[in-house]
Amino acid sequence: MATEESNKRGGVKIDALHLKLGALSGVVKDALLFSWEVACQGTPLENSRLVIEEVPVVVHCADCNADRMLDAINNFFCPVCNQPTNEILQGKELEVTALEILDDTNPLS
Amino acid sequence: MTQTRLVEVRQNVLKQNDLLARDLRLRFQAANVFVVSFVSSPGSGKTAFLEKTLTMLREKYRVAALVGDLATANDAARLARAEVPVKQITTGTICHLEAQMVSDALEDWNICELDFLFIENVGNLVCPSSYDLGEALRVVLMSTTEGEDKPLKYPTIFNTADSAVITKMDLAEAVEFDLKTARESIQAVRPAMQVFEVSSKTGLGMDEWLEFLQSRLKAKAETRPSASA
Repeated sequence: MATEESNKRGGVKIDALHLKLGALSGVVKDALLFSWEVACQGTPLENSRLVIEEVPVVVHCADCNADRMLDAINNFFCPVCNQPTNEILQGKELEVTALEILDDTNPLS
Repeated sequence: MTQTRLVEVRQNVLKQNDLLARDLRLRFQAANVFVVSFVSSPGSGKTAFLEKTLTMLREKYRVAALVGDLATANDAARLARAEVPVKQITTGTICHLEAQMVSDALEDWNICELDFLFIENVGNLVCPSSYDLGEALRVVLMSTTEGEDKPLKYPTIFNTADSAVITKMDLAEAVEFDLKTARESIQAVRPAMQVFEVSSKTGLGMDEWLEFLQSRLKAKAETRPSASA
């Protein structure tokens, strides 16, 4: 994905990749950071930074009629009224949000 | 002049898989086949449960299965005993199935001739949770020998599943399995999820499970827009 973006811009080097990582994404932040350097070798991302924004799980509680953040992913109860809730509003993200691109050609392009 | 620019992308990392899974789901709907996937840890009894399910369903329905494994075709060989079409997907070093693998495996099958298609994922409670396979129903299995707190330890996979099946109920007493705690663990990670208790060996609970599958198949047929519409 990042290589594609780089190619679109004439193979520019990517300095950083910003990633949204939900608590329910099934992906572990530390594992991503650990493997990042190796995964980037030989790509426009070589020596880049991986900037991870962790996204907690937010559910909608019908009883409170409010959105509530959960402090654990194995406890789907409203932290205020303790009713079970399944309506997940966020927390499943595994999304590249932005790339930082080193631009040494034309700053206006 | 060298400067850094921030370029917004906003792309789901698993977009490719999600798009393919969406296509698969549309194909399954068009073919009027109800697709069920099984996920669980290795050794929880997916294959035995699938064999029992296939054997009992094949009397009334046209059924088939895809089974994923890293290295062997043992499961497919075992499931051949159910005398229904079974195909092994050998993933090599990949610890989960992806939509592309399902699509490839179905290439020479006419899914229009099926009522139910079962997909047994690789035994793994982590990675399969992130990959949509286009299934209509994802079932997570846990066995009585694994301990009651499996859902609390692997909440993501339980959260992405639609139903849960507790297998090896014939061993529950011997291993002092606490059903109430297990059910509470499941409800804590996925409130209101339907739970079945079965023994593939004795057949306990199979009728309720099959009834559920049949009701889902029927519900699907009723919600399907008629061909003339």
